[in-house]
Amino acid sequence: MKALYSRLQNRCTLGEFTRQRDNLAFITVDRDQLCPLLAHLRDTEGFLHLVLLTAVDWIEQEQFQLTYLLCNREKQQDLGLRVLLPRENTSMDSIHDLWPTAATYQRELREMFGIDFPGSPRVNDEFILEGWNNIPPYRREFDTLKYAEETYRDRPGRITLDPAQHMRDQLYPSKKIGGN
Amino acid sequence: MKEELQKRMVKTPDGQEFEIEPLRDYYCEAPPTVQTPAYTAIVEKIFNWARSESIWILGFGTGCGAIEMRPLMTPRFDAYRYGVQWRPTPRQSNLFIISGYLSVKTLKRVIRSYEQMQSPKYVIGLGSCTINGGMYWDSYNTIKRLDDYLPVDLYITGCMPRPEALLAGFVDLKKIIRAGKAEGANIYAENFDWYKANQKKVILDWDMPEYNW
Repeated sequence: MKALYSRLQNRCTLGEFTRQRDNLAFITVDRDQLCPLLAHLRDTEGFLHLVLLTAVDWIEQEQFQLTYLLCNREKQQDLGLRVLLPRENTSMDSIHDLWPTAATYQRELREMFGIDFPGSPRVNDEFILEGWNNIPPYRREFDTLKYAEETYRDRPGRITLDPAQHMRDQLYPSKKIGGN
Repeated sequence: MKEELQKRMVKTPDGQEFEIEPLRDYYCEAPPTVQTPAYTAIVEKIFNWARSESIWILGFGTGCGAIEMRPLMTPRFDAYRYGVQWRPTPRQSNLFIISGYLSVKTLKRVIRSYEQMQSPKYVIGLGSCTINGGMYWDSYNTIKRLDDYLPVDLYITGCMPRPEALLAGFVDLKKIIRAGKAEGANIYAENFDWYKANQKKVILDWDMPEYNW
């Protein structure tokens, strides 16, 4: 993987390199470097398979991280490319022309994080949230619990037990270990 | 509202033009009505026995619980020996098993399918998710109480219940039907406005008829 990294470094400036395993590594790249780099990896380096495209919400740093995970089936290598984007009015170049399947990921990211991918097919169509009128639910400022409590009615009588304590009480009722 | 549900002019292959209004033309406008027993008690009792012995399930899996229904169809558990079978269309089935968590998107399809089933019809809530939300109690996208949206005859607890629990549930449902207490369709008709109000509270893009018969 290190060899691949230095090969890529000759082509463009790369950011941080993180080695997870012998056959899995992540590289941070700049936004405008990404599309040419993906095309190069697909056409020349044999990373033919787009495994996933996902986002991470770094709310403290006010950034979204997009992760493009690629797989080289022949060499059994996985390479993740990370792109950091500002959190406000985020938009990113679409890669549906490289992998048509990316359009589905991009549609999901548009709905769940509000990241726009101009030009991606059907990117503004509803994916699983029909008629959603709130902020995108995967953004971390969205309070899932509060929304669920306001929208869906609870059934009274639900209790939460600490699993460890509950099993101790069930299995060894005579021994009062810890708490209670 | 979706384009295919809007009022519009259509042209037939031989050149005729006419106006269609899908919501009025394709669906029944009248809300469901309460069906009172039509015969004497003893005849109704025979009917109820027959109903309990022919539970036909709509082949519609909503959550992970749908996987528990597959082994029931096969020789290991063989639900067919209880008169239980799966049907491909709501028009032929009388039992709707809500098998696990129910997302709002699926709820919409569930309501459409439920309303297309013929009375008398029954609903089983399978697993914790249909009872109080289960592990999805804090989810933005799944309902917590199934009985807010559909009349439920029977709940089967567990996460997930095993196929044996479902078989026991069928036996219990038969008892309820034989006792004449499985009045889900009538409860739905009686409280139709309440159910509709609850359904519309969570289904934000209501683009279907009031009643999908």
